[in-house]
Amino acid sequence: MSKGLQLSKLIMGDAQADRVVPPTGFTARLTLFAAGAMAFLTVFALALSLASGRLAARWGEELAQSSTLRISAPDEQMAAQTAAALTVLESTPGIASARALSVEEQRNLLAPWFGPDLPLDSLPIPQLIEIVETEEGYDGAGLRLRLQAEVPGAVLDDHNRWRRPLERAAGRLRLLGWVSIGLIGAATAAMITLAANAALAANAQVISVLRLIGAQDSYIARAFVRRFTLRALSGAAIGTALGALAVFLLPSAQDSGGFLTGLGFQGIGWALLALIPPLAGVVAYLATGAAARRTLGELT
Amino acid sequence: MIELDNIAYSYGGGELLSEVSFKLAPGSFHFLTGPSGSGKTTFLKLCYGALTPTAGRVQLFGKDVREMDRDDHAMTRRQIGVVHQDCQFLDHLPVRENVALPLTVSGKDSLEQHSNLKELLTWVGLGHRASALPPELSGGERQRAALARAVIMSPDVVLADEPTGNVDWEMSQRLLQLLVELNKMGKTILIATHDMNLIRAAKHHVQARVLRISGRKLQLAGADL
Repeated sequence: MSKGLQLSKLIMGDAQADRVVPPTGFTARLTLFAAGAMAFLTVFALALSLASGRLAARWGEELAQSSTLRISAPDEQMAAQTAAALTVLESTPGIASARALSVEEQRNLLAPWFGPDLPLDSLPIPQLIEIVETEEGYDGAGLRLRLQAEVPGAVLDDHNRWRRPLERAAGRLRLLGWVSIGLIGAATAAMITLAANAALAANAQVISVLRLIGAQDSYIARAFVRRFTLRALSGAAIGTALGALAVFLLPSAQDSGGFLTGLGFQGIGWALLALIPPLAGVVAYLATGAAARRTLGELT
Repeated sequence: MIELDNIAYSYGGGELLSEVSFKLAPGSFHFLTGPSGSGKTTFLKLCYGALTPTAGRVQLFGKDVREMDRDDHAMTRRQIGVVHQDCQFLDHLPVRENVALPLTVSGKDSLEQHSNLKELLTWVGLGHRASALPPELSGGERQRAALARAVIMSPDVVLADEPTGNVDWEMSQRLLQLLVELNKMGKTILIATHDMNLIRAAKHHVQARVLRISGRKLQLAGADL
């Protein structure tokens, strides 16, 4: 029988053939539960992976094009050094704009750590200059040399020092999510294989009768494979729906909430959830098919 | 059709059958007899390919069983109807579906076949028990249902292993009658039994040969009945 015909028989089913194998409550419930639980976990692993990806992209995009110049100087020299730094920056190729932050903006930056009543006037706070790069970017080493000569109190921070570890961490987190999905798939296959083996062993007498009357092994295997595939499909559909609901009910993304509040699906991410039940079905189809072929091969 | 050529079969370290040759001619009626444990069931299993001989050659419809794969065996089983002593049904399916199983697994489960099924159940006297589950049947009803299942694909050969082992005399006569009718329709029949009364009763209805397994050998038990 061709693969296409086998697949069509598997999908369309055969009411009479389906009745040949008696319903087995234990393995049916086990498969349904395992597929449902695994699909539920897959939803969270997928959410984690996608959120990590978004985080890495955001850090990469938002911070890659910006730098900060910090000027530490005595009060009487601060204005002059700031003006000198801005002159240097404006004449540097690769810098789109440079702007000294106002006292109010610096207060807002420090407020999360020191509170809103910070007396900036009485503290030796360095002046910050926000630099926005062009797409080509600037020559960091050259700029540092110029600043060293013309603005001795200036320190250039291009964010690489802390952006790269954060991007790396986000990338690892995303990889961890995908590895988790892979492991969940493998665990699902293992559990369905065990359930299928139990069902095949429990139905050794049925298999013996079917063989006696001329049933081919492919027919017998199909009866089991179809049953387990449909169970996995429906269990995964329920698990995915519950997982999606749980993710949907998580707090929505807010800047103040950071990473955790962004642990949801956005746009096409929701569509990816629709792939989980069919993939669980494919895993069950392959796992049960292998178990059935092995068991039928061993039975004389 | 079915040919055993100088076969031997060993089981558990001992030889159960030795130097057995046998050819089942189309349309013939055979009884196979012998004491319990003499190898009657083994002989029947060799005849439909459920067992492979340890020596010699078994040919089913011209094919050597050693060269047959699982699919070949399945196709051969559709040409050989088998009635087991313990019948072997799927207990969760009603008699109607159990009898129709060979049609179901071979994809011949058509409306026309369903009409034949009804006739067949009536023929074996189970028309009124079509919806019963196998555990609800009596011994005789089970044997008749097994016979109906064995012949529903219209096989060339029917092998029956102690078909009257669990039924009373009246029912064994009824089963014998059904097998004789099948033979008259052109089917080849081989019945393994230790019931000599059944063999004697058969002589009034059919020309049969009696084979006997004794001392691991197959012998012609006597003159044609």
